[in-house]
Amino acid sequence: MLNDSDRIYTNLYGQLDWRLPGARSRGDWDNTAAILARGRDAIIEEVKASGMRGRGGAGFPTGMKWSFMPKESDGRPHYLVVNADESEPGTCKDRDIMRHEPQKLIEGSLIAGFAMGAHTGFIYIRGEYYNEAQRLQAAIDEAYAAGLLGKNAAGSGWDFDLILHRGAGAYICGEESALLESLEGKKGMPRMKPPFPAAMGLYGCPTTVNNVETIAGVPTILRRGAAWFSALGRPKNSGTKIFCISGHVNNPCNVEEEMGIPLKDLIEKHAGGVRGGWDNLQAIIPGGASMPILNKEMCDTQLMDFDSLAAVKSGMGSGAIIVMDKSADVVKAIWRLSKFFKHESCGQCTPCREGTGWMMRMMDRVVQGKAALADIHLLEQVTTQVAGHTICAFGEAASWPIQGMMRAFRPQVEARATDYQPPKPMAQAAE
Amino acid sequence: MSTQVEVQTFAFDDVSEAAVAKAIALYPPGKQMSAVKALLDIAQRQMARLTGIGWVPQAAMDVIAQRLGVAPIRVYENATFYTMFNTKPVGKYHLQVCTTTPCWLRGSDDIVKTCKSATGISSFGQTSEDGLFTLTEVECLGACVNAPILQINDDYYEDLDAARTEALLDGLKAGGALPPAGSTIGRQASAPVTHQTTLLPANGPAE
Amino acid sequence: MAKVTIDGIEVEVPNGSSVIQAAEAAGVEIPRFCYHERLSVAGNCRMCLVEIEKMPPRPQAACGMPVSDGMVVHTDTEMVRKGRRGVMEFLLINHPLDCPICDQGGECDLQDEAVSYGRDYSRYDEAKRAVTQPDWGPLVKTTMTRCIHCTRCIRFTTEVAGVAELGATSRGETTQVGTYVQKALSSELSGNIIDLCPVGALTSKPYAFTARPWELRKTDSVDVLDAVGANIRVDARGAEVLRILPRMNDDVNEEWLGDKSRFSVDGLKRRRLDRPWLRENGKLRPASWEEVFAVIAARMKGVTPDKLGAIAGDQCDVESLLALKQFFTAMGSQNIDCRQDGAVFDSSRRSFYLFNTTIAGIDEADALLIIGSNPRHEAPVLNARIRKRWLAGGFMVGLIGMPHQLTYPVDQVGAGPEAIGALLDGLAPFANVLAAAKKPMIILGAGVLARPDGAAIHSAAWQLALKYNMLTTEWHGFNVLHNAAARTGALDIGFVPGVAGKATTQMLRGGVDVLWLQAADELDVAAIGKDTFVIYQGHHGDTGAARADVILPGAAYTEKDGTYVNTEGRVQYGAVAVKPPGDAREDWRIIRALSAYMGHALPYDTLQELRAHLADSYPVFAVDGGFHRFAGTDTAVPAGDVAAMSNVPFTPVFSNYYQTDSISRASPTMAACIAAHAPAAAEAAE
Repeated sequence: MLNDSDRIYTNLYGQLDWRLPGARSRGDWDNTAAILARGRDAIIEEVKASGMRGRGGAGFPTGMKWSFMPKESDGRPHYLVVNADESEPGTCKDRDIMRHEPQKLIEGSLIAGFAMGAHTGFIYIRGEYYNEAQRLQAAIDEAYAAGLLGKNAAGSGWDFDLILHRGAGAYICGEESALLESLEGKKGMPRMKPPFPAAMGLYGCPTTVNNVETIAGVPTILRRGAAWFSALGRPKNSGTKIFCISGHVNNPCNVEEEMGIPLKDLIEKHAGGVRGGWDNLQAIIPGGASMPILNKEMCDTQLMDFDSLAAVKSGMGSGAIIVMDKSADVVKAIWRLSKFFKHESCGQCTPCREGTGWMMRMMDRVVQGKAALADIHLLEQVTTQVAGHTICAFGEAASWPIQGMMRAFRPQVEARATDYQPPKPMAQAAE
Repeated sequence: MSTQVEVQTFAFDDVSEAAVAKAIALYPPGKQMSAVKALLDIAQRQMARLTGIGWVPQAAMDVIAQRLGVAPIRVYENATFYTMFNTKPVGKYHLQVCTTTPCWLRGSDDIVKTCKSATGISSFGQTSEDGLFTLTEVECLGACVNAPILQINDDYYEDLDAARTEALLDGLKAGGALPPAGSTIGRQASAPVTHQTTLLPANGPAE
Repeated sequence: MAKVTIDGIEVEVPNGSSVIQAAEAAGVEIPRFCYHERLSVAGNCRMCLVEIEKMPPRPQAACGMPVSDGMVVHTDTEMVRKGRRGVMEFLLINHPLDCPICDQGGECDLQDEAVSYGRDYSRYDEAKRAVTQPDWGPLVKTTMTRCIHCTRCIRFTTEVAGVAELGATSRGETTQVGTYVQKALSSELSGNIIDLCPVGALTSKPYAFTARPWELRKTDSVDVLDAVGANIRVDARGAEVLRILPRMNDDVNEEWLGDKSRFSVDGLKRRRLDRPWLRENGKLRPASWEEVFAVIAARMKGVTPDKLGAIAGDQCDVESLLALKQFFTAMGSQNIDCRQDGAVFDSSRRSFYLFNTTIAGIDEADALLIIGSNPRHEAPVLNARIRKRWLAGGFMVGLIGMPHQLTYPVDQVGAGPEAIGALLDGLAPFANVLAAAKKPMIILGAGVLARPDGAAIHSAAWQLALKYNMLTTEWHGFNVLHNAAARTGALDIGFVPGVAGKATTQMLRGGVDVLWLQAADELDVAAIGKDTFVIYQGHHGDTGAARADVILPGAAYTEKDGTYVNTEGRVQYGAVAVKPPGDAREDWRIIRALSAYMGHALPYDTLQELRAHLADSYPVFAVDGGFHRFAGTDTAVPAGDVAAMSNVPFTPVFSNYYQTDSISRASPTMAACIAAHAPAAAEAAE
């Protein structure tokens, strides 16, 4: 188990003072100017060396992402945008950072902004996090008042403004280009790529979008060194990660743990175990709603990191672990996710707009026992017509849960098939 | 009481005007459209403050369009795309119950049932006869380790069950104010309710 | 340039091109619904999926993918076919498949592509989406259950038309394309969204259930309802013109058409003059050609030539005007004028009255001063071109005249001629804009020329052009924007009073005894002398015919082969799509016949002979499409005393856009548009 001394988020649960003095007592803002004095390249190299991969879900190496930003401005401003639109079902880690460790995020924003040549950062927080936004804004105000933001931020010589922008209810705004659209005052509809945000992002300017947990982790990495961070976890999956353990466990909780921790350990040690014991486990969604579900056999030995989960055609995503014991109706649980994705599809491109509704309706029939085996096979085909054909990764996100269900629970799903024949519309026959 | 209020005109009041000016000033010159969600939110809060019903009438959207110098349709698009803007009147207390999988696994069906029985509402989207409650099914609120969640207006009520939901709503029906947000079982945020394994106070804060 | 290989065909395309453009260059067709060359790229339909080597193993949207050198694209692989079939299936699951009752049938992109990528049965057993049909006014019929959410209509109205009323509200599968509030579209270019809609969601309301495309006879022609000369296709069945669509011409109308030009078509069937009429005892009665010729001949021979006059209307073809001019010359009269609005100005040089910059030339301009014109109403397609230039950036527009919503921001420079004077003196702030511009241009509204001080303003505007460097060997920035399709061609053949001749105003109030109105309906007929004998030749029973003593039934523009010169000076040809109704005849033939009857037979018997004669006499008509841009090298100033400018503010030429001529005034659809856009009046009437 990770030592508390190796945890980045020592006030994850809000037991301590979230305000600036409290944060400072935990090490935040400790000579930040010296970190910035190392220079852009050194900071980016250190982050690269730490092996930090994006904590939002895709796991893209953070240092490399920063290095895509132009070295010199061509006259356009650079922007840092922090993705705090935490909406992936099962995920509630950034919420804790923002309400209990806001200064880590603010300090990380300054460092990241400096490293990518940005004088302005935006934090896009989901609209439902109203109280969290109030808290974070208060923390930003404190930072400004203490000279940590604004002109010559933290005495670094770098001017940096940080602006909190509230969303208003749309999961898709967690997709980085949709987030930028939303930030510009449009509907959150993903953009086609290329161009990528580093070339043309917010207001057409070079932009990097990072997750809250990614940015908030940066100051600690730079203080304790890349070697410390990369020594934790597994190769190419280094560091610590906040896991959100929800569902059928005795003690649902957030916990910061080492990357690569066995799934079983994580649940048994921190979440009080599966309700009714490990053997009562039926399934786990290991990385938020869009990651394919694992059955118990898979869970027994599964390690929790990007590559280990990708190896079983699932993913670590945001680190949200949704546990289902044997009492759960797995098909219904996945149906509910289909309903989620249907509700959250932005409606821009055809396969997602039409496919999410179709998949949900077919899942609906599977749950109700009104689907024949042929319908289930059709459902599988439809998922392949959506995934890989959309503007953004939402197509995959909506398809993978069903595909994962078919991989891990095919016998159970097919057992629900009936000889149901959907009524053919009379009008069609009449024509 | 009918909540079908016709609103022909809308104007930001002084409180809102201050907020509007602040919101627009956050963005670079010419990028004032970035403030559209903020302005819709300000309008909705003003409606709640002045009429007790937090929603955004079309008249407000038109005012916002004018303020931002864009075609009204661009504001209508925003108002209808994002779920937090109520384009129709809602009750004084907007019960937003999360039923997405993590909440569902932890008993959100009970919360829905209780909300319905306590308010007399028969299906999602409806407003109770007394105009006090509107019940809306919402998607994941992002507090999943504290499931199930019921959001009332701005506040999350966490770790609910049927009994505590009923008590909460009964309090509101009796004219009580909203209790403090957060866990309804006195839990420390997202820490395990018992058997906390990390960051124990005994260990003391890390240096 | 980037070298791209599409299905084995190597092409070089400019950097920044998209794969779909490269495919077009290679002659490889890629199906698409949302992509349109003249609109921003949306990438939402996903029909144009292709496979690109060395990219992630998933199909890519060709419309949004920029090319790179050495890119290898395959448009017909199993991955591509599977992708497109999937997209097609998704598009169809919520589509009503009501082709038999859909007006788009036969010219529907969805139908066409379904042949290639559709299944012969539906695998969709769930309930289909249904939506209500919003009312977008009298022109565009909505059937939104058919909408495939390609957003072309939204992008067109927002980007090209500049009237952002359409949007996509809500989201996901409940996304609805519409106005959100119930209202009629207020753009003068709204009909173009019917053409752009790849399915039957947006169809023509007046044309609903009228015909199938395969029943139609298609004739390429030219629009005459304004002076832009938009290229059109006239679709007819039997003796009836059923609809008018734009044809592509990048130099003129791109592929757009104004609503009046498109939807006035029902006016072609109403109030038509389909036989000769004769006034007897104050009342018009039907007559024969013989009768009316006899009456005209008798009346014309009874007066001295200086008491004969002819005024030409706004939609006349050059052929009929040449015949009329030559007929009057033969009769010894110099009293002819094509400016029924009473304008008198120096038309001695072509560049004095042309839109010299050209419409396509607007793309090059970097500043514009509009004087006394509302191009949005007088030439909506040209106005869209101005907006396009404004969108490209670095383009300031100043306006002298009544403020209008022009779809781009304007700097209000002044209200009347005094603002021209101020600019000539370099005083107004906009002078700095013009002085700093490299290719500034002026648009002088033709309505200005009809003012008493028209010639003065004409001269002053030219002097402005001179002062601000608009007349150079590279650039001609002086432009007259006409609002009459016939005007430029008529001026080109000198349909203006001879040295001793009378102009329009002089012919009125008893200035002539016999007045020939060649389809002239836009003049104040009450001002015609009480005893003046009026011969009206034209196609509609409008104001001119109402005052006439003799009516000669002519042909509307869809019923004759005619030459028209647009405001740029571009010679274009209209063509006969249907025959004129009843006893009506092509106009030049009527004049030719009368000339023979009166013993002054004109020297041509066929259209070919007439056109040869025209080309011999006026070289601009010698070349097919006879058109070239002028340089601004001849800088001599048109006659006109700048000091004569008054301070009376400019007023709009048209009180409304929809009904401005005898055809649109006869159109119930245009009347409905006026009613739809006058809510205050409509409400008061209820």
